[in-house]
Amino acid sequence: MTNLMTGAEMVVRALRDQGVETIFGYPGGAVLPIYDALFHQKHIKHVLVRHEQGAAHAAEGFARSSGKAGVLLVTSGPGATNAVTGLTDALMDSIPVVCITGQVPTHLIGSDAFQECDTVGITRHCTKHNYLVRQIEDLSRVLHEAFYVAQNGRPGPVVVDIPKDVQFAIGTYTGPRNIEHKTYRPKLDGDPDRIEKAVLLMAAARRPIFYTGGGIINSGPEASRLLREFATLTGFPLTSTLMGLGAYPASGKNWLGMLGMHGTYEANNAMHGCDLMIAIGARFDDRITGRLDAFSPGSKKIHIDIDPSSINKNVKVDLGIVGDCAHVLRQLLDAWRSRQLAPDKMALAKWWAQIDKWRTRRSLAFKGSDEVIKPQYAVQRLYELTKARDTYITTEVGQHQMWAAQHYHFEAPNRWMTSGGLGTMGYGLPAAIGVQMAHPDALVIDIAGEASILMNIQELSTAAQYRLPVKIFILNNEYMGMVRQWQELLHDSRYSHSYSEALPDFVKLADAYGAHGIRCSDPAKLDDAIMEMLEVPKTVIFDCVVDKTENCLPMIPSGKAHNEMILPGHDAEIETAIDAAGKMLV
Amino acid sequence: MNAPAAPLSPYSSALGKPNIEVHTLSVLVDNEPGVLARVVGLFSGRGYNIESLTVAEVAHAEHLSRITIVTSGTPEAIEQIGHQLERLVPIHKVTDLTLRGNAVERELAMIKVAGTGQDRDEALRLADAFRARVIDASIESFVFELTGAVGKIDQFIELMRPIGLVEVSRTGVAAMSRGPSQT
Ligand SMILES: Cc1ncc(C[n+]2csc(CCOP(=O)(O)OP(=O)(O)O)c2C)c(N)n1
Ligand SMILES: [Mg+2]
Repeated sequence: MTNLMTGAEMVVRALRDQGVETIFGYPGGAVLPIYDALFHQKHIKHVLVRHEQGAAHAAEGFARSSGKAGVLLVTSGPGATNAVTGLTDALMDSIPVVCITGQVPTHLIGSDAFQECDTVGITRHCTKHNYLVRQIEDLSRVLHEAFYVAQNGRPGPVVVDIPKDVQFAIGTYTGPRNIEHKTYRPKLDGDPDRIEKAVLLMAAARRPIFYTGGGIINSGPEASRLLREFATLTGFPLTSTLMGLGAYPASGKNWLGMLGMHGTYEANNAMHGCDLMIAIGARFDDRITGRLDAFSPGSKKIHIDIDPSSINKNVKVDLGIVGDCAHVLRQLLDAWRSRQLAPDKMALAKWWAQIDKWRTRRSLAFKGSDEVIKPQYAVQRLYELTKARDTYITTEVGQHQMWAAQHYHFEAPNRWMTSGGLGTMGYGLPAAIGVQMAHPDALVIDIAGEASILMNIQELSTAAQYRLPVKIFILNNEYMGMVRQWQELLHDSRYSHSYSEALPDFVKLADAYGAHGIRCSDPAKLDDAIMEMLEVPKTVIFDCVVDKTENCLPMIPSGKAHNEMILPGHDAEIETAIDAAGKMLV
Repeated sequence: MNAPAAPLSPYSSALGKPNIEVHTLSVLVDNEPGVLARVVGLFSGRGYNIESLTVAEVAHAEHLSRITIVTSGTPEAIEQIGHQLERLVPIHKVTDLTLRGNAVERELAMIKVAGTGQDRDEALRLADAFRARVIDASIESFVFELTGAVGKIDQFIELMRPIGLVEVSRTGVAAMSRGPSQT
């Protein structure tokens, strides 16, 4: 193969050399040369989405479920601006994504040309890094660098903006040789002194807890394996953020459930009452900490993160360790073993006894019903009927997302795709498409809300085109439930514009897209209906008609501390629990 | 469980009385298009303050520029600023010169003063005391050039104000560490 080629051919060649087999995209004037180059080859499969936001979320779903970078290709102007939400989502959740955008030819840049927008300017704040490639000589280097930056250190989205004349220009392609970046070299190993201090703190702890996050998933399966080993070795209790679910198995002995605003009573109280917190790949987000000045007041805190700016950002910690989760966990394990350390067994037994007391509050319990499907029950049944399969779950955003996190139990990493940081409604369906592309034989389910699903419903057409058997399981409560819940709690039940008016008939909608539609509103028929969904080898929309006014509990009201949770059956307390300052918070 | 005594790490930079400090950061960057926008955008996007900012190429062959930023904030916020800057891909090195505590800092200012008679004499006398140079003069005005620490320039401007200060143009701070090693 000669190395003399057009810029457009370089793009395709670089993708191949980076091991990319699938990309998500949508054509337009400014990327036609690249589409032409795609036409002439067979190595890269292009998935045509129906909206560029869908391409970005599909790339995220692909990345998060496979551990590889997700790639999207979009045109200039509206193509690029449509991708912005997805890029921001990937930035907030640290997902490795490479987005190639077309740009007007270099001589027209700045002239308000047709479909021109300042893509690097617009995406500067929602990417880890971005490039405008002004000359063919830079193109192959920039493309390889983009993959390096997206995947190394704390992962994130990278945009490469390529003017049309550069796509036509002829130059010499260079392969991905020197991986060392000039300035960007993340530190992988933790400082040995700090590793030493950390294990000594752990051995001395009386009420320890592991608080783990999405960083473990990003680090790769080895980090999850090491985390399990360490948890077993120490016997310490373990909780996780929304983004970290699956890193430690939900059936594991040390598992306390998710923490945070809708986390379990035992996880949040253990966070509040611990004397040593070991945060790994988590970032002390406000959904996790609740009221900052009352956050785990009596604990020493160890924070392991690959991004130095995460340490001491929201919460001052006693020992920060900068490094990759897997590397640092390996170091901690080695140090723990070589010093022959052991946990304080007596103290730990007392701590577990306390945790078990908290557990008896059964904070995820809900009142069952024979008449109407409780949304929690629907997720429970879905879990029971799919747990034995090779299943991946995505979600939209709202109550259903939290119920999925609470009642679907994850045993392995990379199985749970949700929009955590940005909370993007419309994420779940395109993400499911991305997951299904990465895992063609797996069962992929988008647990959705009836409002969220309409935000990227056009992607049903994508699913149909590529015959992707994704299952869309809508917990249809006819409300933007999470909004309605906050209005009930904070605004005296004035449901301003949160009712899902004029919904489509989802069964007919499925039909219109060549998918299979199912509706179920009877708890007694739910299992059969779910089985039907699983058996049909097609895209399925499952309209699960659920209780309209169920609230998502437990909940830490905004502005409150971890030990001030509202438990199921105490919904009425929330109204009075949130003070004026809390109402200001989101 | 016994109630914890004094919290070991009580924390919120949003709470308590803020302890605002002024720090000078020296940032070595690749001299490529957009790098200044990245730095400035970081400050505006995250709500950090810029008291002054200077930028110019400092090594042509290596394509390096130095950005010197004077910023203010709590010590925690300033530590965050440093880390956030380090996350930017084209940044080579961030040095908090104030934290290092051995930097030389200088700023250049041009100060236009108008007046006649006694005011003229007074302006010249003060300029002499501050070692400001006259770089332009007309029958009724001077432009002084003054180099020095920020405080010295502030002081000179205050003295010129009653005499007939017309306008000021300042470069912002340039700075580097003392001694033989690199900043
Ligand atoms: C793009 C976007 N717009 C608005 C919101 C605010 N928001 C959060 S949850 C929610 C309601 C979601 O309703 P639905 O999809 O029906 O889920 P439910 O809460 O009822 O389970 C809204 C509007 C958001 N997260 N994302
Ligand atoms: Mg709803």
